[in-house]
Amino acid sequence: MGMRTIRYFLGRLGGAVPTLLAIITISFFLMRLAPGGPFDAEQSLPPDAMANLEAVYGLDQPLWIQYGRYLGALAHGDFGPSYRYRDVTVTELIGQGLPVSATIGAIAIAIALCVGVALGTLAALHQDSMIDYATMALAVAGVAIPSFVLLPFLGLVFAIHLHWLPVAGWEPGSAADLVLPVAVLCLPPLAYIARLTRASMIEVLRSPYIRTAFAKGMPLGTVILRHAMRPALVPVAGYLVPAVAAIMTGSLVVESISGLPGIGRYLVQGALNRDYTLVLGMVIVYSTFLIGMGLLVDLLYAWLDPRIRFQS
Amino acid sequence: MAPVLATPALEIEGLNVDFLRGTRATAAVRDVSLSVALGECLAIVGESGSGKSQIFLAVMDLLAGNARASGSVRFFGHELLSAPRSALDAVRGSKLTMVFQDPLSALTPHLKIGVQMAEVLVRHRGQSWREAEAAALAMLSRVRISEPERRLRQYPHELSGGMRQRVLIGMSLLCEPDLLIADEPTTALDVTVQAQVLELLRSMRLESRMGIVLISHDFGLVAGLADRIIVLYAGRIVESASAAQLFARPRHPYTAALMQCAPALTGIHQERMPTLPGQPPDPGIRVDGCAFAPRCSNATARCRLDRPMLQSIGAGAQLACHHPMPA
Amino acid sequence: MSGIWSDTARRLKSSPLALAAAGFIVAVALVSIVGPLVDSNRFDTLDWSNIAVAPGAQHGHWLGTDRLGRDLFVRTLDGTRISLLIGLIATSVSLVVGVAYGAVAGFAGGNIDRWMMRVVEILSGLPLVFFVILLTVMFGRGVLLLLISIGSIGWLTMARIVRGQTLSIRRREFIEAAIAGGASSGRIIFKHVIPNVIGPVIVYATLTVPQMILFESFLSFLGLGIQEPHASLGTLIADGAAEMEAAPWILLTPGVLLAVLLLSFNIFGDCLRDALDTEEH
Repeated sequence: MGMRTIRYFLGRLGGAVPTLLAIITISFFLMRLAPGGPFDAEQSLPPDAMANLEAVYGLDQPLWIQYGRYLGALAHGDFGPSYRYRDVTVTELIGQGLPVSATIGAIAIAIALCVGVALGTLAALHQDSMIDYATMALAVAGVAIPSFVLLPFLGLVFAIHLHWLPVAGWEPGSAADLVLPVAVLCLPPLAYIARLTRASMIEVLRSPYIRTAFAKGMPLGTVILRHAMRPALVPVAGYLVPAVAAIMTGSLVVESISGLPGIGRYLVQGALNRDYTLVLGMVIVYSTFLIGMGLLVDLLYAWLDPRIRFQS
Repeated sequence: MAPVLATPALEIEGLNVDFLRGTRATAAVRDVSLSVALGECLAIVGESGSGKSQIFLAVMDLLAGNARASGSVRFFGHELLSAPRSALDAVRGSKLTMVFQDPLSALTPHLKIGVQMAEVLVRHRGQSWREAEAAALAMLSRVRISEPERRLRQYPHELSGGMRQRVLIGMSLLCEPDLLIADEPTTALDVTVQAQVLELLRSMRLESRMGIVLISHDFGLVAGLADRIIVLYAGRIVESASAAQLFARPRHPYTAALMQCAPALTGIHQERMPTLPGQPPDPGIRVDGCAFAPRCSNATARCRLDRPMLQSIGAGAQLACHHPMPA
Repeated sequence: MSGIWSDTARRLKSSPLALAAAGFIVAVALVSIVGPLVDSNRFDTLDWSNIAVAPGAQHGHWLGTDRLGRDLFVRTLDGTRISLLIGLIATSVSLVVGVAYGAVAGFAGGNIDRWMMRVVEILSGLPLVFFVILLTVMFGRGVLLLLISIGSIGWLTMARIVRGQTLSIRRREFIEAAIAGGASSGRIIFKHVIPNVIGPVIVYATLTVPQMILFESFLSFLGLGIQEPHASLGTLIADGAAEMEAAPWILLTPGVLLAVLLLSFNIFGDCLRDALDTEEH
């Protein structure tokens, strides 16, 4: 059984590497082919200083050589220097920002999953009740109200008027700083997961094997947790990667508003400043992470439904 | 045959089951009363849609969400229909068990066989998982499944249909139930396997004083096993008698017709359902008179206006018909 | 065919939720076109004597002003108009591309279909936000680029839906008859496939508009979309968020407006889907 799962996973891994490579390559060439260089805004530099700068950044080399050097550097975890912040490398920025973004993201997805699944299950068990309608309303609202509207609003209410939470800023180790950003990040996926779980659970509870479980005298809790939960979660597993992608997207806004020094904020700054290496590096980090999530989800599928392990 | 003891294990009185769809109510079961004693095998025979499964789904409180049951269902004197969930859970799966057709979908696909069987004992007898799995292993042997240790660790989709049905039967026997309800236990299986499963049920019956309810659409199936047979049509009992009596002299025209459609009653049933001319009535439409009248060769004008009541015709038999077959 | 539409319309008319949502959208659209024509201010008129004042009638600024003294009533309406316009145009673009792509894939079948759908699959997996950000870094920010990049997201699901519908329709007899009769592929697609596919497409289009508006607002909020001094709901909200403590009204109007607008589109789309769905049973 273990061997089969490992082979399945390796197969998936084999598919992921080319995808990542493709993303890196496409992004790289897009960047280099863009009209104008990164130093166009620097009009104060004399031509030879400009040429020196370009030589330092390797921009005078043929495209293919630049690509090769970039890949080589990547393999060593070196994303190159930032074009805007001269004395900082992108790698350093990633190193500073990634823990922040990862923490917030991880907490957000965890909350979205736990609360979402719980709400969805409750709604499925009490169809057409207040809980059900509330969950449905939450689902629709979660989809429609954008994070960049919600976060300032919540900030207005909780921070400025009620003074319960700080408005913005980041103090390492301060949990209160994280409450609003995490809340806003986790809401849309939470709402969607709740809706997904509800529909899926209703379906699963109609299955013949659930009837068998009840016929055996198993109490409701056992039937839900042991017999119904895993099949019901299959659609949720399918949504995990889009959920993480949504959280990544949301973090761009949330970090910018809250002033949290994560890679989302750096990416936005980089985009505004046309800092090529920074943007490129961030995109690669995000893509790698997403692909990694995809692999994890594949493993999750195998656990949720044993029949998948037996397919080649 | 095991001796028939006097204690009624299950008593059903005036059971009605309705399905609600919006404002419409469809009657699936109408005024059904029956009893099953320990050690007795009762067969319920009828076409699909006759309501035979719904009766016992109501007993087990497994009806669909939009179904409503009324009447009285007593298990050893304890009323089940209004019982609280906890009381029901204590009895279901231990003393009162049910086996369903289509074993492929009746077993949870992501749990190993051992877990699905052991959980019954863990729950009802408070055993540890290890003890329970050992007991499950013993039961697998008892229902004659090959390589039981291996099967315990496998998933339902790795077993054949016949094995799965045996697992289901084994699961229902783990707590030594007083009554086992088998709903079309062989319909989804092929012919050779059917015979084996029936043989299994027969030997289980000999070994214990358990009562069995056998639900089927095929008379041939119940021939070797049943002590008494109840015939159901459109949600009502039309005839009830001992097996010997019924096979020798079916009184109700429906019973007679149904028997003729079954092949030689050798205990192995055919692939396709028996076919009579016409269709069973739409349960959503109320009819005056006897529900079988449109398809009945004995029907008269009286039959279409005046519904025959179920009456005792002696020797423990019952009949609901104005113009029965000759005695 | 017309029976479906009249039934759907009837069903929609009897749903208060759908009517409210649709009514709100139409009302907002109308006001956003008419309103700025009525007011004497323009979106970039600076009123130095009334900087960051709260809403009121006495100074003629019904919704107040921002920190540059620009009238928020006009700016909000202008921004709404621009956001709605971008949403509609982007949706139309993705509609045309998606329907064409999906119809061709579904109709062609076989390997062509498989490869075309492969592309859709891969593209769907990427969060296209990042792709769009890459584009803005490369090509700068402008309305045209904005439209192109937003529109390039919406067509994917549209293509999928259309392809699925096309596949199921293709197998029906009247198509086979048409092919046997010698009709050209293009004609078949046009006359038979597309009319049958319109239902889900319209539902999805209604649900795509808010997505496009949301995406545009998102980009504008970050500063990568509509540029100053023009306004879109996104930039207005960004302005408002910066002035939250001192002048909350700058945030409230566009924020609430955007949220309710998106909600209305989503609700109407859901109602539309329910109304169309029951037909098919």
